Amino acid sequence: MTLPLGVVFFAFFLLPMAQLVLVGASGEEGMSAYFSFLTKTRHLESTIATTLLSAGVTLVALAISTIVGLFLVRNRFPGRETLISLLTFPLAFPGVVIGFLIILLAGRQGLIGTMTKAVTGDKMVFAYSMLGLFLGYLYFSIPRVLLTIMATAEKLDISLEEAARSMGASQWRVIVDVILPALRPGLIASGAICFATSMGAFGTAFTLATNIDVLPMTIYTEFTLNANIAGAASLSIILGLITWIALFVARSLSGSTVAASG
Amino acid sequence: MQETTSVQIENCGKTFADGTQALEPINLSIEGGETVVLLGPSGCGKTTLLRIIAGLESPDKGGKILFNGENVTAKMIENRNVGMVFQSYALFPNMTVSENVGYGLKVRKMPARERETRIQEMLDMMQIHDLAERQIDQLSGGQRQRVALARAIAVRPRILLLDEPLTALDALLRDRLRMEIDALLRKLNITAIYVTHDQAEAMALGDRIVVMSKGKIAQVGTPREIYYRPQTDFVADFIGTINRLPGTEKLCRPEDIRIVAPDQASHVGVLAASQFLGDRTRLVLSGITEEDFIVEAPLRKDIPLGSDVPILIDDRFLIDPKAVGA
Amino acid sequence: MRRNGLFALQLAFTLFICAFLIVPVILSALAGVTVNFFKGLKSGLTFNWIIEVWGLYAETIYLSMGLAIVCLVITLLLGIPMAYVLARTGGRLSRFIEELITLPVAIPGLAIALALILTYGGFREFRSSWLFILVGHVLYTLPFMVRSVLAVLSSINFQELEEGAASLGAGFWPRFFQVIIPNVKPGILAGSLMVVTLSIGEFNLTWMLHTPLTKTLPVGLADSYASMRLEIASAYTLVFFVMIIPLLVAMQMASNSGQRKKKSTAVPDLPIKRS
Repeated sequence: MTLPLGVVFFAFFLLPMAQLVLVGASGEEGMSAYFSFLTKTRHLESTIATTLLSAGVTLVALAISTIVGLFLVRNRFPGRETLISLLTFPLAFPGVVIGFLIILLAGRQGLIGTMTKAVTGDKMVFAYSMLGLFLGYLYFSIPRVLLTIMATAEKLDISLEEAARSMGASQWRVIVDVILPALRPGLIASGAICFATSMGAFGTAFTLATNIDVLPMTIYTEFTLNANIAGAASLSIILGLITWIALFVARSLSGSTVAASG
Repeated sequence: MQETTSVQIENCGKTFADGTQALEPINLSIEGGETVVLLGPSGCGKTTLLRIIAGLESPDKGGKILFNGENVTAKMIENRNVGMVFQSYALFPNMTVSENVGYGLKVRKMPARERETRIQEMLDMMQIHDLAERQIDQLSGGQRQRVALARAIAVRPRILLLDEPLTALDALLRDRLRMEIDALLRKLNITAIYVTHDQAEAMALGDRIVVMSKGKIAQVGTPREIYYRPQTDFVADFIGTINRLPGTEKLCRPEDIRIVAPDQASHVGVLAASQFLGDRTRLVLSGITEEDFIVEAPLRKDIPLGSDVPILIDDRFLIDPKAVGA
Repeated sequence: MRRNGLFALQLAFTLFICAFLIVPVILSALAGVTVNFFKGLKSGLTFNWIIEVWGLYAETIYLSMGLAIVCLVITLLLGIPMAYVLARTGGRLSRFIEELITLPVAIPGLAIALALILTYGGFREFRSSWLFILVGHVLYTLPFMVRSVLAVLSSINFQELEEGAASLGAGFWPRFFQVIIPNVKPGILAGSLMVVTLSIGEFNLTWMLHTPLTKTLPVGLADSYASMRLEIASAYTLVFFVMIIPLLVAMQMASNSGQRKKKSTAVPDLPIKRS
């Protein structure tokens, strides 16, 4: 029953990936192309920028989603369901569309620009800067991190919290000592997913066409503009490894819960 | 009434892929129409044996299963024409009660009208007519049990296999369904093999009981034989409560011991604990053997703890596990 | 619980985040039907941009829909049997295979697209047909189908159900189609919605794999963002939202009803999706 899938998967995934590895080492630099992300200034800069951006987005998305997620799980009020729907719904928007949404928000004809111009006389435009990229990545990260955190928060054992309160712990202490540790698996899992997704994101950067070269953009330019096929191949292998390792580490750190969602 | 089917189990052992031996090669013969209960603690191999008879597992090399002398070892369960009731019922959640009961008939391509008649007959027999169009998740445990039974017998199987069918139910319901199953088996006159770890169930239902332990048959016999003539210490301990007599290998059941006047006593114990159970009182005596000595008697009055209790153990009631076949 | 200042503060924060996500969507929808976005709504509403988009990009919409449907059929045919076999086998081997088929989601689409081009780019006919894109979409969406079905399979005791059916005389295929398939329907439904949604929105792989004659909707979108006036780009995005939002709503409804019906039924946890 699994034979058709096996054949398809081998021919169209395993074989091409092996080919990619070979091509990566076929340039004039040979195997050392795989270390270009450390040795070549442009690649190194791109790697550092992408990693920092992804890490920053991950931290902020985790912070926002924890606050919002806990709030939504622990309170019942009219409109709550709608709010959850609205917050999780951009989950399946492609990166290109998100890039465009950021342009509408902070681009040359964007909402923020119009508003700031009306108030201060100065037009604020930051869609094409690091901040714009950051907002775009945050946009696609929040829904999925939020979903995981809410799922974890719903499983929290309320009696643990009541026990802590019965022993005189303050609201703040309960959060630090009981709730956050219990949320940890969810935080690690969704953080890793968020980081990996940000590292590999292409569409948003592509639409915003910023001057910051994130790794996928570097790969794309190497391939299309510079025709450096070996360089593009080796960099994509490295990028693939980074994202896969991030997911794998998260999965082993936080046990089975991630296996299901990661 | 259809002809009954006998079952021969020849040399059936089971070693799992990881090397654990769940069952040592076993021989057992079951007559047509007989109800045999496989009884033992969990992990004794009783369910494995049942699954081999059903055709859900195959025995190790050399093992054979015969139905009425016909070798069915190589047949898959779907070709053995058995009815099976599973511990968690295995009712199909995507079908109604009627569809569940009729599924085996549909698979056998029975014409719709005939099928409908048979389904009605089964629903009537199990008194679940009102539930016919219900979904499975709308049923209580006892109702599910009845549907599972109806489904298993609807195909008129050669033998009926029941794997701990009452374990998932609460005590009161268990008692009632036990009686219903007993009546049903008598009525159908079908060969039935029933797996349980509950000795009361085994006693009530079995024409014969096969007591199993650690992948082996410990003893086969009628409920009375098993209870009054246990052949091994394991059987004696597993079935009911038993006392070991001081200085001998002999055993004695608590209800066979009488509390007597001090001058008629064969032994005297000191009352360490007593539990009033309604129909009888269970007394725990110390000072007779190293272990606690249990006596059960219908007592109207309370005996104070610490007082002497004179008892008489009648030789006629002594059990000698070494006297095989006694 | 007491409603106090903290509640108000949290609510305000949540609403702010919600606004961050939703306001741009509304902006985009409005821009798509405004005569001149720069002048604002007072310039009037119009469907002209949408009509123009249809004239320019109808092909991409048809191609995306076609791709999504074919992709769905293939993932159903490959994914359901795979999930079933994985659930039955269990153990380390099955874990490993699951990990392997999830790789196309963990590895950036760009890398996979590059690998496909390097391996099969030489086959002209294949390279220039929509089938080339289909391959990428199937690789990328398959894990979602497999996992979604697998999640339901591991939440029901399917092996006992199958044994029950077998004891009633049903052979393998009747068991598979009459017992297994109907009982994993929620997983198949969730997986299907996910596959279609992802296929329609896939950009990373598709951008590399497409040719001028095989442009999908997101490729067309990127194209319009780069070269068309804001109103057309917005109208086109609006068309995309109209296609994708019903799918997203259906997905949320499916997962909600799944949760309500049976608390224990794992709502299929979905692997990551890239942007």
